[in-house]
Amino acid sequence: MPIKRLDKTPMPVRQAGLRAHDFAEVNRGYGAAQAAFEAERCLRCQDAVCEDGCPVRVPIPEFVHRVATGDLRGAADLLRSANPLPAICGRVCPQESQCESRCSMARRFEPVAIGHLERFVADWERSQPPTVAPNLTRSERIAIVGAGPAGLVCAGALARLGYPVTIYEALHAPGGVLRYGIPEFRLPKAILDWEIGLLQALGVEIACNVIIGKTITLDALMNEMGYAAVFIGTGAGLPRFLGIPGEELNGVMSANEFLTRVNLMRGFEFPEADTPVQRARRVAVVGAGNTAMDAVRTALRLGAERALIVYRRSDQEMSARVEEYHHAVEEGVEFHWLTNPLEVVDDGHGWVGGLRCQQMTLGEPDASGRARPLPVAGSEFVLPVESVILAIGTTPNPLLTRTTAGLATNRHGCLLVDERTAETSRSGVFAGGDAVTGAATVILAAGAGKRAAQSIHEALQARR
Amino acid sequence: MAQILEARPLTPVTKYFRLAAPLIAAAAQPGQFVMLRVREGGERIPITIADYDRAAGTISLVVQQVGATTSLVCALEAGESILDVAGPLGMAVELPARGHVCGVGGGFGSAALLCLMRELRRRGLATTAIVGARTRELVILADELAPLCDRLEVCTDDGSTGFRGFVSQRLAQLIEAGGASRPDQVIAIGPMAMMRAIADTTRGTGIRTLVSMDPLMVDGTGMCGGCRVTVGGKPMFACVDGPCFDAHEVDFDVAMRRNKAYQAQERQARDRLACMAQREAR
Repeated sequence: MPIKRLDKTPMPVRQAGLRAHDFAEVNRGYGAAQAAFEAERCLRCQDAVCEDGCPVRVPIPEFVHRVATGDLRGAADLLRSANPLPAICGRVCPQESQCESRCSMARRFEPVAIGHLERFVADWERSQPPTVAPNLTRSERIAIVGAGPAGLVCAGALARLGYPVTIYEALHAPGGVLRYGIPEFRLPKAILDWEIGLLQALGVEIACNVIIGKTITLDALMNEMGYAAVFIGTGAGLPRFLGIPGEELNGVMSANEFLTRVNLMRGFEFPEADTPVQRARRVAVVGAGNTAMDAVRTALRLGAERALIVYRRSDQEMSARVEEYHHAVEEGVEFHWLTNPLEVVDDGHGWVGGLRCQQMTLGEPDASGRARPLPVAGSEFVLPVESVILAIGTTPNPLLTRTTAGLATNRHGCLLVDERTAETSRSGVFAGGDAVTGAATVILAAGAGKRAAQSIHEALQARR
Repeated sequence: MAQILEARPLTPVTKYFRLAAPLIAAAAQPGQFVMLRVREGGERIPITIADYDRAAGTISLVVQQVGATTSLVCALEAGESILDVAGPLGMAVELPARGHVCGVGGGFGSAALLCLMRELRRRGLATTAIVGARTRELVILADELAPLCDRLEVCTDDGSTGFRGFVSQRLAQLIEAGGASRPDQVIAIGPMAMMRAIADTTRGTGIRTLVSMDPLMVDGTGMCGGCRVTVGGKPMFACVDGPCFDAHEVDFDVAMRRNKAYQAQERQARDRLACMAQREAR
């Protein structure tokens, strides 16, 4: 038994000064030796508490052990049996608040780099010939609304159970937030395409350009089209705005618009790609979640001289992953903590001329349990920027609920579901992911999709 | 992928298309739009649904060549396909239960009056269509519209056919004339300046007036908020809340300014396309 190394094997990254100017992936991934080396750090605890931190319950010590012993095929199969999107989750999961936060090594040293190992195994698998084949043995067909993380995982799990599944996607390409939201430098589209290709190899059908609730109603799916069950994974795609003066000025946009132009529409390749995106010299991004980090780092890559995060709370309340924050700092993003935007200033021609802000200080905890930011009197100032990007959250898209009778939602527009079965107020209609929880993470959506698949299976078995 | 069954130029810069799109045809209502994409790497653009035939499973669109993407669309012919067509999107235009509705179309906006007039007649309402263009050659679909409405008014700026003047001026005359000429509701579709003129014409007359806004859009499904229109001082998403809004509440200054946000890039794309076409010709 070798002596356990105390620190994580670092993830090889591209140099900040270079990567901040292009869209190639920042993390390069472990090599085989680094992976085996890191896997050796796992203590293989009897009670694998790390698994409790994983929304899809990946059998972590077992797959890590297989990496340590060089059984990569075994590791890959085990991983994929629990998580249909390992190459994606290995890249975008907030491991520090999930599996790795529970790791026994973390009590005294650094946790095992479970996320990096997951990514390593999934990337190894990508270099191998695919081994999946469709095995659709059942007659009940299932429709899935939305090809984002929840829908993709639900589809994969159902196809493995033998159900013919069709995913209906409103946009022209599948992936949801993985396609339009997460940038190339964090999740290359080639990885997403490969993961989706594996689902299609399992027999999952994907119909793009179909907006359920508009092109086809939910009732038509259930009645005329004869689907035995429907899973709704429509996410939380409707952007919030601040409601401050000047938000209608040219140069103010939601992070969703900015990222969609760049990621889904490949605006960074304009004019080779047809969709333009604004390339401002100085950009302020309001918010401090993962979307804000994605937007501000994208702005840098589009050539911004100054890319600023403006957040009314402090770095302690920031919801972004630690890794994204560190990468942003390394790349030269400026952070304006305790800074509350009051007004977007007109440059005199209807474009953004600056962002008027006030300094904040932290008070007593608010409803969210975080310290409430309070304005400092007489502290107003103007940040000189030409573009303001709002990354202050999203709410569920109302397209489907507006056109469907009997789908109960809460006051935020989130679908109400039975906690145990994920069934909505309509029999045979299930839901999961951000459409139910409001904006959360890829892995929580994946977990919800996986549980809903099991629940749909049980409901259909009981119906027989 | 939607196959083009029919394609014919209406003017030197506008083209009529009939597409096989059975799901969209079955669900479409007047006022709604589709999102189109013509090639890999291509833009998504919103186009108002001009007409639909549920039995035949077809929709009709009229596209005006204004930028690079619309030029690519207008180069397509029958037998070819449009890569992506998604819809119907947006809310159906709100129609009154009874009374007299006047549809006003400016330029290629006149196309959207086809399904509107047909639907109004089906519901038994009295209808007037006013269509306008700069000159006679640019008036579109008047022959197709005539049998669908009770009264058709054609206007040209130069008087080369029909009423000499703007559609808003003709509308003002009809309102002035009163009686059966005066509409109870107006629905206007066309260039922003024309819709603003219509809003000004009916302001204070008590005639409910809707305009079909045509802001820049990326996804068309409520995801980006790029299509924000200021209505009654509040931001509304044209793609999910509209595209038709109360004309007297719309802030046209903001709307016109926002539509110019990508003017420089649009020019760049147009020039590039023209340059590449020239190179190919050589």
